[in-house]
Amino acid sequence: MGEIGGVEIRGLEVDLEGFHLCDVDLDIADGEYFVILGPTGAGKTVLLETVVGLHLPRRGRIVLAGRDVTHIPPERRGIGFVYQDYALFPHLDVAGNIAFGLKLRGMDRSDIEERAAAISRLLGIEHLLHRRPRTLSGGEQQRVALARALVIEPELLLLDEPLSALDLETREGLQRELGRIHRELGTTTLHVTHDFEEAVALGDRIAVLKEERVGGWRREGRIVQVGVPEEIFRHPANGFVARFVGVRNIFRGEAHPTEGGYKLISLEGIEMAAVAELEGPLHASVRPEDILLSKEPLRSSARNVFQGRIVDISDRGVIAYITVRVPPDFVCLITRRSLEEMRLKEGLEVHIAFKASAVHVF
Amino acid sequence: MRALFANKMRVLFAILGSLLILFVAWPLARTVISSSPAVLWRTLLDEEVRGSIFLTFYASLLATGLAFLCGIPLAYLLARVDFPGKQLVEGIIDVPIIVPHSAAGIALLMVLGRRTLLGKAFGLVGLKFVSATPGIVAAMLFVSLSFLVDSAREGFEAVDPRLEKVARTLGASPWRAFWAVSFPLAWRSILSGMVLMWARGLSEFGAVVILAYHPMVAPILLYERFESFGLRYARPIATLVILTCLAIFAALRLIAGGE
Repeated sequence: MGEIGGVEIRGLEVDLEGFHLCDVDLDIADGEYFVILGPTGAGKTVLLETVVGLHLPRRGRIVLAGRDVTHIPPERRGIGFVYQDYALFPHLDVAGNIAFGLKLRGMDRSDIEERAAAISRLLGIEHLLHRRPRTLSGGEQQRVALARALVIEPELLLLDEPLSALDLETREGLQRELGRIHRELGTTTLHVTHDFEEAVALGDRIAVLKEERVGGWRREGRIVQVGVPEEIFRHPANGFVARFVGVRNIFRGEAHPTEGGYKLISLEGIEMAAVAELEGPLHASVRPEDILLSKEPLRSSARNVFQGRIVDISDRGVIAYITVRVPPDFVCLITRRSLEEMRLKEGLEVHIAFKASAVHVF
Repeated sequence: MRALFANKMRVLFAILGSLLILFVAWPLARTVISSSPAVLWRTLLDEEVRGSIFLTFYASLLATGLAFLCGIPLAYLLARVDFPGKQLVEGIIDVPIIVPHSAAGIALLMVLGRRTLLGKAFGLVGLKFVSATPGIVAAMLFVSLSFLVDSAREGFEAVDPRLEKVARTLGASPWRAFWAVSFPLAWRSILSGMVLMWARGLSEFGAVVILAYHPMVAPILLYERFESFGLRYARPIATLVILTCLAIFAALRLIAGGE
C-alpha cells in the first residue's frame, strides 16, 4: 500500500521506439527526495515522462497520494515537471511563465500575483519577473522553471537532470537551493541524474537504473538497486552499480572554518582538513589513488595523516585496493608491486596521508 | 557595405546578383512610371477594374481562410506526428507547385464541373463553381495552399515539443496547450505563409481562367484588355495591380516583422 501523499509505482513497463523500460517498482514516501541515478540515455526521461502521463505504460500502475493516476491525462495529475534545459515559454515573460498553471486553474488575478510573488521570493527571482526567458542565465532560467512547477503546489515534483546544463559553479549553488527548497516546502520529489555526487548530496534514497542493449539495437532499462546513498556506494548490488559508482571514499560530516584558510570536517571521531568553500553538513570524498599508504609514520606536508588497521585487501591484478579502518574505513589504491614490497596483510597497522586539496566536498 | 566588395570574388558575385535584381525591379518600375497619375485615376474610376481588383483580393482571402481552417491542423500533425504514409501526404501537399496551373484548372473542372457528382451536390445547396466566384476560390486554393501548409509546418517544427508537454503538466488540455503555446510560437511562420499564399492566389491566372473566366479576376481582365485593346489599355491596370500588391505586401511585412 502506498502511503497517503507518497508515490507507488508497480510493475511499470513502457515501450517506446527501440526502448523498453521494464518492471519498475518504486515506493516513494510522502515528502521524500528520491533520486534515480543512471548513465546518460538509460531511459530516465522516459520514466519521468511516463510518471507525469506523457507516455502510456504498456503495463503496471502509478498511484499518487492514494489515487491511481495510470490512465489520467497529465493535466489532471498535479505533477510538476522540470526539464534539463528548462523549457520556458519564450513568448511569455517570467511572471507569465509562473502564472501559466495558475491561470489554467481559473484563479483570481490577485491570488495569482500573491502566489507567484511568494514562490519568486522563495527562489530569489523577484527581480526577474518582467524579463523574457532568453535574456536570463541558465541558473536563472532553471529557477524560473522550478517556480513555474512549484507554484501549482504539485503532489509530486519531477526533475529531469535539472543541473546538467549548468556550469559547475551555478550547479553547486542550485544544488544547495534544491535541498533548501525541499526542506522548506516538503514536496515529494523524484529527481533523475547521471551524476553520482548530485544523487548522494540530495537523495534521501537512490535507485540505480541500468541500460542494456538487447538484440543489437533495442535498449532495455531496469532498476537494479534501491537504497539510501551509503548503501549504494558501500554495498553495490552488482558489478554494474560498483563500476558506475566507482570505488571511492565518501563520508558525511560537518565542515567548520579554521585559521589556516582551509576547513575542518568532523566525521566519525576524526577531523579531516579540506580546501572548500562550503560549510555545515556536507559530503566529502577522497579518491583511493590520492591516499598515500606506509608502514612507517609518514613525514609529509599532507594535512591529513591517520593511523589505522588493514581490514581488507582486494587484489585486482596490476593494482590492489586496501581498506584501512581508522575508523572510518578508507580505501586506498596501490600497485601490485608495492603490495608485495611492503608485505601488507590484513590486521597490519599502517599510516595513511592525503592532502587537504585531495578532499572533494559536495 | 564594405564587406560586400571585400575581394574580387565578392565584387563579381555582387554584379551577377544585381543583374537579377535589376531584371525584377526594372520592368516593374518601368510599368509603374509609364502611367501618368491622371490615367491611373481614370482607370480607378472604371467600375469593371475596381470590381475585378476587389474580387481578386476577396477570393484569394477566402482561399487563404479555407486553407487556414484545414491546413493549420494538417501542418501541426505533419510537424508533430510520424504516421504511415506521411511522406505521401507531404508529397501531395507540394504537387500543386509543380503541376502546370492550366492543368490544375482542368483537373478541378473534372471534379467540380456542372455534370460531376461533386458539382451536382454543391449545386443542390446553390454553390456553382464554373464561371462563378467559388470556382475562382477553388482554383486559387488549389494552386497556393502548399505555401501556407509548408510554412506553418516549419513554424510548428521549430517549437520545442517539450513546451507543450510542460504546458500539459501545468494543467493544460491538448487544446489549451496548442492555443496557448504552439500556435502563438508558430504564428509568425503561419502569418508569413498566409501572406505568401494570399499573394500567390492574387496572381493566379492559369487555373482560374479554365474554371471561371467570368467573373474576371484582375490578371484575366488585364489579359483581356491587352488582347482586345493593346498595351496602352492594359498598362494602367497592370500598374494599379502592382502598386496595390506592393502596398499590401509591404504593410504585412511590417506587421509580421515587428514583434
